[in-house]
Amino acid sequence: MSNTDAVGQAPTAEARTSSAVSAYLDHAATTPMLPAVLAAMTEELAQLGNPSSLHNAGRRARRVVEESRELIAEAYGARPSEVVFTSGGTEADNLAVKGLYWARLAADPRRRRVLAAPTEHHAVLDSVRWLAEHQSAHAHWLTSGPAGTVSPAELAAAIEQDPDSVAVISVMWANNEVGTVQPIAQLAEVAAEYQIPFHSDAVQAAGQLPVSLAASRATALTISAHKIGGPIGVGALLLARGAQPVPVLHGGGQERDVRSGTLDVPAIRAFAVAVQLATQRRADEAKRLASLRDDLIAQVTAAVPDAILNGAAPGPGRLPGNAHFSFPGCEGDALLMLLDARGIACSTGSACTAGIAQPSHVLLAMGADDARARGSLRFSLGHSSLQSDVDALGAVIGEVVERARRAAR
Amino acid sequence: MTSLRVLAAMSGGVDSAVAAARAAEAGHDVTGVHLALSSNPSSYRTGARGCCTLEDARDARRAADVIGIPFYVWDMAERFHAAVVEDFVDEYARGNTPNPCLRCNEKIKFAAVLDRAVALGFDAICTGHHARLEPAPGGDGTVRLARSVDQAKDQSYVLAVLTSAQLGRAMFPLGDTTKDLIRREAADRGLAVADKPDSHDVCFIADGDTRSFLRRHLGSAPGDIVEPDGTVVGRHDGSYGFTIGQRKGLHLGRPAADGRPRFVLNIEPASRTVTVGPAQALDVLEIQASRPVWSGCPQPAGPVDCLVQVRAHGEAHPAVCEPAGDGVRICLREPVRGVAPGQAAVFYDGDAVLGSATISRTVNG
Repeated sequence: MSNTDAVGQAPTAEARTSSAVSAYLDHAATTPMLPAVLAAMTEELAQLGNPSSLHNAGRRARRVVEESRELIAEAYGARPSEVVFTSGGTEADNLAVKGLYWARLAADPRRRRVLAAPTEHHAVLDSVRWLAEHQSAHAHWLTSGPAGTVSPAELAAAIEQDPDSVAVISVMWANNEVGTVQPIAQLAEVAAEYQIPFHSDAVQAAGQLPVSLAASRATALTISAHKIGGPIGVGALLLARGAQPVPVLHGGGQERDVRSGTLDVPAIRAFAVAVQLATQRRADEAKRLASLRDDLIAQVTAAVPDAILNGAAPGPGRLPGNAHFSFPGCEGDALLMLLDARGIACSTGSACTAGIAQPSHVLLAMGADDARARGSLRFSLGHSSLQSDVDALGAVIGEVVERARRAAR
Repeated sequence: MTSLRVLAAMSGGVDSAVAAARAAEAGHDVTGVHLALSSNPSSYRTGARGCCTLEDARDARRAADVIGIPFYVWDMAERFHAAVVEDFVDEYARGNTPNPCLRCNEKIKFAAVLDRAVALGFDAICTGHHARLEPAPGGDGTVRLARSVDQAKDQSYVLAVLTSAQLGRAMFPLGDTTKDLIRREAADRGLAVADKPDSHDVCFIADGDTRSFLRRHLGSAPGDIVEPDGTVVGRHDGSYGFTIGQRKGLHLGRPAADGRPRFVLNIEPASRTVTVGPAQALDVLEIQASRPVWSGCPQPAGPVDCLVQVRAHGEAHPAVCEPAGDGVRICLREPVRGVAPGQAAVFYDGDAVLGSATISRTVNG
């Protein structure tokens, strides 16, 4: 079942068939694979060849990888050699943060400071914490405004405390929970003035905003296929020439010796198709999603007048597909369960330990108290989203919040 | 049959998995919930014997997948700590012997969880307890609790603290089946937990060492171990480490005058004195109990003949119980040994539970 036709045209309500999920509002978690992506991947799965092999089958596989690499590079303002394929966003974040830290420290033992936003995804957050706990790094959490935005002045001030001690900086392009968009080009420019490597997790931004390695002047960008209609299990670190992180994975020396491991040819080909489609449609899609998102916010706040929209106001400071609310007096997991039972898929947007919802570190970093952080839900729109999804939520959210409030008493 | 919206509490063990499967098969709209009872799950029992580890949550989720029902984890860690763990420690500190499973049923499963479930739109809560619900004799449509057909696995004792209203929202689908058949049924249903070992010990004491757990929480409080005449026969490092009727682990320096084994007869936390003596001194003929709950009959106005059970998996003894002030006085027909304050006295009429009360004092025979 899919929501788009074979060439990946914009979805229509008629194309959709009924399923357990009547409204999928969790595209920030993962997106449905586009039919053209699925077709490319399926075709490639039937092919033989390790791209590192020297014979004909290997050369064929290598050609698929390199063509895909060129497509992805072009879409994100990088040279083909600047695309390092990984198993996904988490691996790319780990490689950037740990690998650049190790390389910079090896070149100069004073470089132990890692600067990062407290609202980072756990793949960055926990990599920084791990470096601090096990590799003598000093974690410096950049202070952010109420929407979680880090200002270039704040970054410059943090560097200025001791420029020679900074190993690496990581600030995400757009936040996965509340959708706040950071001024990445300005931040990267500050880092460049001090010649400090600057990494940005662009996983959420890549399908909805113009993301470019060259234009941003970042050292490294993380992207992931499954957030933009591609398959789960493949991503890339866009890594500027000259940056040589110490590898996390050692082995056959693939990907510039930076990331060893046999390349996943079907996933890489599918990734490239998804990137191509997402890039072609990005501008129109961003407008379409922003308009749907604005209607979603209007419907939710009409049904629940005291709902609080978290993050930046709709506009350039916020991802077009993101809406994130706190519902006072509710617990997020009760809301999620009640919506799930009504066929609406969304997220509490926070990390889980054994399925226990923890209060969101993003909201806490933005100054929310524990109760507000626990009583929040993220609705995220993407390529398969329709007006009917928003209407389905609008029809039940009032009743669901009322019931969740009774349960929390 | 009316189809109800049922919340199935799923521990990750075989019983609750089969109970949920039976409720779903009976046509109810079942949602599985695993109760996370520790905010730091790995700190609780590791391995497959407890009820609140990461592995148990995973097992519960897999069982829900196989049954084909939605599944969620509810975080009950704070309430569980306050209502069960702290109560457990406090009771031992008072010289009593608490039953944490009973407290968990009373305060968590059939109170906090049930209340939340009802508020969220559920009609009933289903668990894998080995017990039955049968129509109450009055014919008014209410139910009362009764023993499982599997007498060895019967858990009516730890449920007897529930009120009639709580039982009215409960569903125990396993009470008519013995454990061996439940394991076979789990295997037939493709539930991977079919051969998972039974849980036995206190779920929040990871290594099963209750005395060390209590020492960590209550510190060292050394005192004397004395005979009934006051002769000091040993030392202990915390009176909370003992239970009435305990024989093992007393570490007494010299044997009793008569050469017979000695048992814990009394615990006085204020003076930190533990009294030991011969087995016959444990004989109890009368029990005073507080906080009675009459779920299986109207509150008695006078003496009632019944059977009374004074600990989990113990025997039921013929007795007469009668109201005494706010509590109950229980006169046993024959002396009973090892009756510990803090445990529940559960009143049965045959296999049916009439009610329960908390043992506060015993009178020796």
